[in-house]
Amino acid sequence: MFFWSLVLIAVGIFSSFIYARSRIKLNSKKQGTKSKSLPNYYAQYVLMWCLFPALIVYFSWAIFQEQIIQNIVISNFEFIEGAVYNEGLLLAEIRNVANNPSFADGKSIEIINAASHYSSLRQISQISFYTSIIIIMLLGALYASQKLKPEFHAQHTIEKYIQYILIFCSSVAIFTTIGIVFSLIFESLRFFAEVSIFEFLFSTEWYPFIPIREGQTAAEGSFGAVPIFAGTFLVMVVAMCVAVPLGLLTAIYLAEYASQRVRKIVKPLLEILAGIPTIVYGFFAFVSVAPFVKAFGQSIGIDASPTSALAAGMVMGVMIIPFISSLSDDVINSVPQSLREASLGIGANKAETIKKVILPAALPGIVGAFLLAISRAIGETMIVVVAAGTAPNLTGNPFENVTTVTVQIVVALIGDQEFDNPRTLSAFALGLVLFVITLFLNIIALQIVKRYRERYE
Amino acid sequence: MNNSIAKEKIISLRKKRSLEDMRFKYYGFTAMCLSLAVLVFLLYTIFSKGYTAFQKTIVLLEVDYNQEVLKLTPDSSDEDMEKGKFFRVKKQAIENFFPDLSKSDIKLVKKLFSINVDKEIKDYFLDNPEVINTKQQIWVTAHSDVDQLLKGNSRRDVPEDRRKLNDIQLSYVDQLVEENRVKQVFNNFFFTKADSRHPEIAGVAGSFMGSLFTLFTVFILSFPIAIGASVYLEEFAPKNRITELIEVNISNLAAVPSIVFGLLGLGVLLNVFGLPRSTPLVGGSVLALMTLPTIIIACRASLKAVPPSIKEGALAVGATKTQAVFHHVVPLALPGTLTGTIIGLAQALGETAPLIMIGMIAFIPNIPTGLTEPSAALPVQIYLWVESAERGFQEKSAAAIMVILIFLFMMNAIAVFLRNRFERKW
Repeated sequence: MFFWSLVLIAVGIFSSFIYARSRIKLNSKKQGTKSKSLPNYYAQYVLMWCLFPALIVYFSWAIFQEQIIQNIVISNFEFIEGAVYNEGLLLAEIRNVANNPSFADGKSIEIINAASHYSSLRQISQISFYTSIIIIMLLGALYASQKLKPEFHAQHTIEKYIQYILIFCSSVAIFTTIGIVFSLIFESLRFFAEVSIFEFLFSTEWYPFIPIREGQTAAEGSFGAVPIFAGTFLVMVVAMCVAVPLGLLTAIYLAEYASQRVRKIVKPLLEILAGIPTIVYGFFAFVSVAPFVKAFGQSIGIDASPTSALAAGMVMGVMIIPFISSLSDDVINSVPQSLREASLGIGANKAETIKKVILPAALPGIVGAFLLAISRAIGETMIVVVAAGTAPNLTGNPFENVTTVTVQIVVALIGDQEFDNPRTLSAFALGLVLFVITLFLNIIALQIVKRYRERYE
Repeated sequence: MNNSIAKEKIISLRKKRSLEDMRFKYYGFTAMCLSLAVLVFLLYTIFSKGYTAFQKTIVLLEVDYNQEVLKLTPDSSDEDMEKGKFFRVKKQAIENFFPDLSKSDIKLVKKLFSINVDKEIKDYFLDNPEVINTKQQIWVTAHSDVDQLLKGNSRRDVPEDRRKLNDIQLSYVDQLVEENRVKQVFNNFFFTKADSRHPEIAGVAGSFMGSLFTLFTVFILSFPIAIGASVYLEEFAPKNRITELIEVNISNLAAVPSIVFGLLGLGVLLNVFGLPRSTPLVGGSVLALMTLPTIIIACRASLKAVPPSIKEGALAVGATKTQAVFHHVVPLALPGTLTGTIIGLAQALGETAPLIMIGMIAFIPNIPTGLTEPSAALPVQIYLWVESAERGFQEKSAAAIMVILIFLFMMNAIAVFLRNRFERKW
C-alpha cells in the first residue's frame, strides 16, 4: 500500500512541477514582463507545496492507521461476559484471521466478526488514504499556483523554505536527546512509583521476578541495584587494566618510535580491531577466552565460573585498545614539537623525554581519553551479555560470575514486555542511570580535551 | 684518578639510561604486537570454528516411489502430486535403510536424518514425476548430530549419556562411512534459508535480508538529514547559543551507549507511535538516530575541506548563498559525505543491542520481503546462535560472523575506493 502511495506522490509532484513551469512561462509572456526568478524556482515552489502536505498525510497515516483501526475493532468487540481476554493476543488473532482466511476454522464467531470488521476498516482506511493524498496535493498545488505571477519572488521564498528544512534537519539531534531523556524519565517514574528510589540505589538484593500468577508464593521482587553497579564496575576495571597499558604504550610507540611505514600498516589494522562488531567480541569471549580463564583459574586453584568478569573484561579491554590508542595518539601528536626538541637538546634520551616531558604535557588529554573509554566500557552490551552472567553477584573476585547494567536491561526486555510490571520498567531506570553516568563522563572528558587543545593552540 | 672514576660513573650511567630507553621502546613494541596478535587470534578462532559450516553432510537414501504407498497414479494432476503421501515413502525408506532393522532400531536410524528429508523426497519427485514406481537413490540431508560428529566438532570418546548419538547410532554412522553412503558437500542451505530450530537447515538468508532492509532504512533516513544538518551548521548557522547547543548535543549524542537508543526506540517508536515491532523499519530508524552524529561529524569535515575560494567565486559572480552552497560546495563535498555515511552504515550493521530492544530477536523462520515485516538481523542472528545450547549452531555463528565481516570489509573497501577516487587535494 505504502509503496504505491509513494509512486502516486512522485507522479503528483512531477506533474505539478511541469505544470508550474509551463504556467509561469505562459503568464510572463502574457504580461509581457520577465519573471523575477527563473521558471524552475516557481516550479520548485509549487512542488514543495505539493510534496510536504502529502508527506505529512503519508506519515501520519503510516503511524496512526493501525492503532486507530485496532482501537475501533476492540471497542466494538462483543466481549462475552465472564471470559478473560488478553488484548494483545486477541488483536493478533483477529489480524491473523483477517489476513489469512484459512485460519478462521475453529475460531469463535466474535473473532470472525471482528476480523471482517477489521478488514473492512482497513479497506476504508486505504481508500480514504489515497483520496486524501490526492486532495491534499491538489489543494497544495492550487494554493501555490495562485502565486505563479511574474512579480512574485519565487527564489527568495524557496531559499527561505530550504533554510527551514535545514534547521529541521539539525534539530533532529535535539529531538533525539529530548526523546531519550523523556522516555527514560517517564518510564523510570512509573518504576519508582512502585519501587522506592532508595531501595533501587542502595539495597543489595536484586530479584526482579515478582510473582506473576495470583497466589504464587514466590518472594516479592526486590530491586536493589548495588550488585549490578558493582558488577559493571568490576568488568570496567578489568577492561581498563587491559586496555590502558596496551593502548597507551601502543600509542606512544606509534607516535614517537615507529617509522612511517610501520605506522601506515599498523594504524589500519587497529582500525579493523575498532570496526569489528561487538557481538563478534562476545563470541570470541564465549568460545575462546572464557574456557581459557576457567582452565587458568583451575590451574591456580580458583574455582572459576564458565562466564566470568575476567573473561568479559579482558575481551572488552581488547575492544577498547584501538579507542584509547587512537585518542592518545592524537593527544601526543598535538604536544608541540618545541617541547620535544628542548628536552632532547639538553641531553635527555627519547624515553626520558616521553616520560618526563611529553606524558606530563599530554596528561589532561590522556585522562580525557581514559574517561571516554570508561564510558564506552560501561555502555558496552553484547560482550557482557554473552560472556558475563545474568545473575547478580556482589563480589570483587573477577573469576566469579557478575552481571552489569546493560545485561540487566537486555534480560528485562528480552522476554514478555509488560509495561505495568516493575521488572520491565526496571530496564528504563537502569537505562537512566547508564545515560546519566555516561553523559557525565563524556561532558567532563570533552571539557578536559577541549581545554587541553586550547592550551597548545 | 678522581677524573677516571667520574668518567666511569658517567659511562655506566649513560649505559643504564640507554638501556632504559631501549626497554621502554620494547615495551611499546610489545604492546603493539600483543594488540595485533589478539586480532590475528580472533580472526583465527572465527575461521577455525566457522569454516566447517560451509559444508553439510548428506546421506544416500534409497526411496521407493511406489504408487500404492504414495496414493498417486502416473497421470495424477500437479495438485494431487502435492498431496502425495510422501511421509509414508520416507518411513518405508528409513525402515529399509539397513537390512533387518528392529522397531527400536528404526527409531534410532530416523534420528540420523534431518527433518527436512520429507521435503527433499517430495521435491525430488515433483521435479521428476516420471520416477513413480521406481526405486531412486537420493542424497538427503543428515541430522546435525551426524554432521557434527563427522566434522569432528563433537567427540565420540565421552560417556554415552553425554553424547547426542548413542553407541548403536555411532556404529550405524561408521557403517555408512565405510559403505561410502555419506559425503560432505557445499552447504547451500546456509545461504538460502532463514533461521530454523534445526541447525542443519538454518541459514543466514533471512537475517541477511533483514540487515539489508535495515541498512536501507538507515541510509534513507540518515543521509539526507545528516547532509542537511551539516550544511546548516557549517554554512548557514549564526554563531549563537542555540547553534552551540546543537553542536554540544551532537558530540554528546555520539557517545551515548547504543543500548540507550534501543530504549528510545522501545519507549517512543513502539509504545508512543505504535510502529510494528521487530521490523527493519523500526530497527533502521533507531540505528539511523544512533549513527546520525557520526555521519554529521564526517559530513562537516568534508564540507570544511572545500576551500572557501570556491564559494566566494560563486558569490562574486552573483549567486545567492544558497546557490553557492548547493551548486558548488555540496557537490564537491559529496564523495566525502558518502564515505562518512558508508562508515556510519558499517557501524550500524554490527550493532546488536538496540535491535534486541525493539524485538528483532524474535524467531523468524522465513525470509522477509519488506520493511514492515518482522525480520531478524545478522548480528542478532549471531547472538541467538551463540546463546543456543545446540552444538550445531556454534559453527553457524562463526560462519555468520564471517559473512558479516566480509560484508563490513566490502563496505569499508567501497568507502576507501570512493575516498581515493574522488577526493581532491586542494
